[in-house]
Amino acid sequence: MKIASHLNPKLFDESIESAPTRDGFGDGLKEAGEKDPRVVALSADLVESTRVNLFAEEFPDRFIEVGVAEQNMASVASGLAAVGKIPFITSYAMFSPGRNWEQIRTTIAYNERNVKIIGAHSGVSVGPDGATHQAIEDIALMRVMPNIVVIAPVDAMEAKKATLWAASYDGPVYIRLGREKVPTITTVGTLFELGKGGLWIEKEGDLPHTVGIITTGSMFHNAAKAAVDLEKKGIGVSILHLSTIKPLDKEAILKLSEGHDLIVTIEEHQRYGGLGGAVAEFLSEERPTKVIRIGVDDQFGQSGETEELFKHYGLDKDSIVKKISEAFSV
Amino acid sequence: MNYLSDDEIARLEHKANEIRQSIVEMLVAAGSGHTAGPLGMADIFTLLYFDVLKHDPKNPDWPERDRLVLSNGHICPVLYATLAHRGYFPIEELLTLRKFGSRLQGHPHRTALPGLETTSGPLGSGLSQAAGMALGLRMDNPYTSQYVYCLMSDGELQEGQTWEAAMLAGKERLHNLIAIIDRNAIQIDGYTEDVMPLEPLREKFESFNFDVQEVDGHNIRMVLDAIGKAQAVYSQPSVIIAHTIPGKGVDIFERDFHWHGNPPGKGPENIIKKGDQGKEALKKLRSLSGSIKPAEC
Repeated sequence: MKIASHLNPKLFDESIESAPTRDGFGDGLKEAGEKDPRVVALSADLVESTRVNLFAEEFPDRFIEVGVAEQNMASVASGLAAVGKIPFITSYAMFSPGRNWEQIRTTIAYNERNVKIIGAHSGVSVGPDGATHQAIEDIALMRVMPNIVVIAPVDAMEAKKATLWAASYDGPVYIRLGREKVPTITTVGTLFELGKGGLWIEKEGDLPHTVGIITTGSMFHNAAKAAVDLEKKGIGVSILHLSTIKPLDKEAILKLSEGHDLIVTIEEHQRYGGLGGAVAEFLSEERPTKVIRIGVDDQFGQSGETEELFKHYGLDKDSIVKKISEAFSV
Repeated sequence: MNYLSDDEIARLEHKANEIRQSIVEMLVAAGSGHTAGPLGMADIFTLLYFDVLKHDPKNPDWPERDRLVLSNGHICPVLYATLAHRGYFPIEELLTLRKFGSRLQGHPHRTALPGLETTSGPLGSGLSQAAGMALGLRMDNPYTSQYVYCLMSDGELQEGQTWEAAMLAGKERLHNLIAIIDRNAIQIDGYTEDVMPLEPLREKFESFNFDVQEVDGHNIRMVLDAIGKAQAVYSQPSVIIAHTIPGKGVDIFERDFHWHGNPPGKGPENIIKKGDQGKEALKKLRSLSGSIKPAEC
């Protein structure tokens, strides 16, 4: 298989660098603050764990601590945007957009206010905190809302680029972040462009079966590792990584479906309503294709270590290999 | 905002009456909508848009303007009627309220109509937005005299978000935030003190570090004085609890919570038949509650 040259050359090494996506956000927001004095940030009592502390320490006059009040935070940000600020609201995805969905809908998205929503600690990978803190519905919640961009960065590098991009874009954006360290897949040379996926791995040679995998967030790495095993089983794998879930890169998805026997989506989210839902909705109308959606299957999460949880919910490399092998009966 | 002579106050009262007539006409044409709140707040809206606010109907986006956030979006007929009478858009357009394709949405949508500062309807988020605006303006100028007026209902104080916003406004000492509560004591399901008691309201806001005043919401001079005092408060946000009569101006509607969410023509028939409710209301307003004989009005 062919791996995009701009990716980290250590992609399959044990020694690959890693960092949480929230770190990339923290760096990116601080840089955005340096570039544009209109950037302001709000926190709902989670300053350090969302990494908004980097901004808050640098720009105390442009930082607002609202306390444990995510609904207020969303609407206060709407008001700040109304007088020309570019507010970033930061919390855990379970609380923002989990708790303040209606405030985001009415006072930000429908009201066309330039607010950025940062949902940290998404996915089951939050681990020991358990299901109450594991947002696996947030992509669906945000994707269904008109006038909002939905981004799930693959690594810290991309989270930084996405944050800087969001600060320069005029309109509501949701950025989904994780708590745990994830492998650094991209490099400074990897382009971040709104609504553009990256065909980061392309199948090569003439294998009996072909699968086009579509990933979002940090799931790319497990998919890439699975691709190596699948190739050995006679399944050629291409991976299209979508950091932007909305707007959806329809052109890239269509092209991928045309060149492969099967489409598989992988996300750290419910199987319903997220990336898999978006891809299946689109393909069912444009080019009816079999789509296998890998994700949490209509369940809540639970406490545990990330690796244990990935295995349990079928998101680790071995589960991905098994699921796709079964589809081809190999 | 200026000192007003008795004649000028009388002119505002007359304007408020015209706005009430527009409210009744637009609600009858729409066939749905809220009656009591808009009529009850006509005096305050008239005072704000015809005297208090720094604004320019010809340049609605003027950056130096004051902001008026309507939190309880369902009383938008009074906002629409006041904006139209103040010159933001043609008065005839009021009759398109709630109709397909109209800029006058059933609940206000900011980008649809000039003069609206926000989209609202779901209750309890206005004070947060107003606090955000006040904070942002103060970041740019700590001594700003640009004021943010948040118009709220009493019923919506039952939304927890209101108190989240009140905590923030108190913490940040938002001197340029002035909330005005329409204390008409009714909500859809009945009287506020039966549905979910709000009293003691003054003490609640005082404990959140607000400067609190209570006024007769139909006494324009009293409201004007209160706003002047609120503007002079420099280390706290302000709230003016305006005691109003829901349905004010049309005695058959006044104080009856059944008129909260019904338009004339669809209200209770205990006094007047549905078909005559709109006509009767206009007659009351045009005759200043019967003080002028119908033949003269």
